[in-house]
Amino acid sequence: MKNISNKQVSFLIKPVVFILCLLPFILLFWQALNDGLGTNPVETLSHETGQWALRFLLITLVITPLRRISKINWLIKLRRMLGLFAFFYASMHFITYIWLDQFFDWREILIDIPKRPFITIGFVSFVLLIPLAVTSTRAMQRRLKKKWKVLHRLVYIIPVLVIVHFIWSLKADYTEPFIYAAIFFILMLMRSIRTEKKAYEKKALQV
Amino acid sequence: MIIKQASDIKPSEITPKSIYLNRRKFMQQAATAGLLLSVDAMLPAWAKKWPELKNSPYDTTDKINSFEDITSYNNFYEFGTGKKDPHKNATEFNPQPWTITVEGECAKPGTFDLEDFMKPDSLEERIYRLRCVEGWSMVIPWVGFSLADMLKKFEPNSRAKYVEFTTLFDKSRMPGQKRRVLNWPYVEGLRIDEAMNELPIMAVGLYGDILPNQNGAPIRLVVPWKYGFKSIKSIVKIRFTETQPATTWNQTAPKEYGFYSNVNPAVDHPRWSQKKERVIGEPFWKPKRETQIYNGYGEQVAHLYRGMDLRENF
Repeated sequence: MKNISNKQVSFLIKPVVFILCLLPFILLFWQALNDGLGTNPVETLSHETGQWALRFLLITLVITPLRRISKINWLIKLRRMLGLFAFFYASMHFITYIWLDQFFDWREILIDIPKRPFITIGFVSFVLLIPLAVTSTRAMQRRLKKKWKVLHRLVYIIPVLVIVHFIWSLKADYTEPFIYAAIFFILMLMRSIRTEKKAYEKKALQV
Repeated sequence: MIIKQASDIKPSEITPKSIYLNRRKFMQQAATAGLLLSVDAMLPAWAKKWPELKNSPYDTTDKINSFEDITSYNNFYEFGTGKKDPHKNATEFNPQPWTITVEGECAKPGTFDLEDFMKPDSLEERIYRLRCVEGWSMVIPWVGFSLADMLKKFEPNSRAKYVEFTTLFDKSRMPGQKRRVLNWPYVEGLRIDEAMNELPIMAVGLYGDILPNQNGAPIRLVVPWKYGFKSIKSIVKIRFTETQPATTWNQTAPKEYGFYSNVNPAVDHPRWSQKKERVIGEPFWKPKRETQIYNGYGEQVAHLYRGMDLRENF
């Protein structure tokens, strides 16, 4: 696993991962065409696209610790694509809301977004994903230099907003958002331990 | 007093009532011809139990939802919080035998067998709209009897200002109750004049057959002008009270679910709009439909709330 060449990553692993990431979308599309979305298809589409957006956000956050633990360095090359898939599913979720839920009733949408806290926070999460998607290219990364890193720290805040959006959309039974929150918490804990350790080592070196 | 159909529904989308009702005629003819046993296998599952049901003057002419939609998309947390859970988890539930305990402010309390209420001549089919607080709606052909007629038999006294209903609480039979997602048992209530209105029914059947478990077997309330959660399922207790009952969703989130919970497009749920509803059974690319005040049953019930601030008493 560790000795996979750059070429293999680019021409084999990346396309395979791309297809895998697209599978939920393909499945939903196929179900939509074949009356397979259940009794309330719009609700199914909305829930599925929303959940996949959150899942991909968390999968993106798994990459860094997974790479460190496994020492498989090429994993980092998948991170941008996974993040962009989070944006892709968030867009699908947003389009479902605008089109299938509100049916382009712009007046109602403009009232709805600021008035309903759970929609407001969902909308904010989506808007915050846009600069991340736009600046995800290597050219943008080079151009923004240190600012890029600061900007992309948003990826630690967005899942929190998304999980709150999820909780606020429910009537009772918060099991699912709780599971996502727990996963997010563990991922953040791994990072903070790492940061602490780094700081400690740096100090130790200075002495 | 036929409820007017919503103007935005094309007549072409409505199943002609004559076709739907034909099954009764068919059943009768089959019975007369002595063919009932042999054709029984050919009949759809719903056409078996009560072949000669009265029609209700309150029937809606809106397009009736399929048996599948009505029985596979349910909010019945006693069998799980997912919409598909009740269909999956209620198969083992055995609602027989069933008793209902009647207590509180009435002259004739007691414990009664369900069969005591199931007099064939009191049963009728009522095709009612159902509007869920979540923003979707269905049209359901219930079989049931008048709630008012039932309650009168217990002779409520002058202190009976409200009626409280309670769902069965038995974790071994209702697996969803093992988790405290709600404060079990589920309790709902009506003001006595609401309960004595002509619209509420105790439903014991669906599509001409006995009520499927996931829809609240063996007996449930149906209050068509209120959000669906008011129509409590699998009822084991009825109590006449002087004070307003503490109802489950109202206790869970008092700012979101009022005691009245009348369908009202002008009063939003704090977290989402109630102006429109997703009509289940319509293609998903169709826009939602405007929700009607009292779910279109204003003619029968608006007078109950005259002079009341509906924003206060949501």
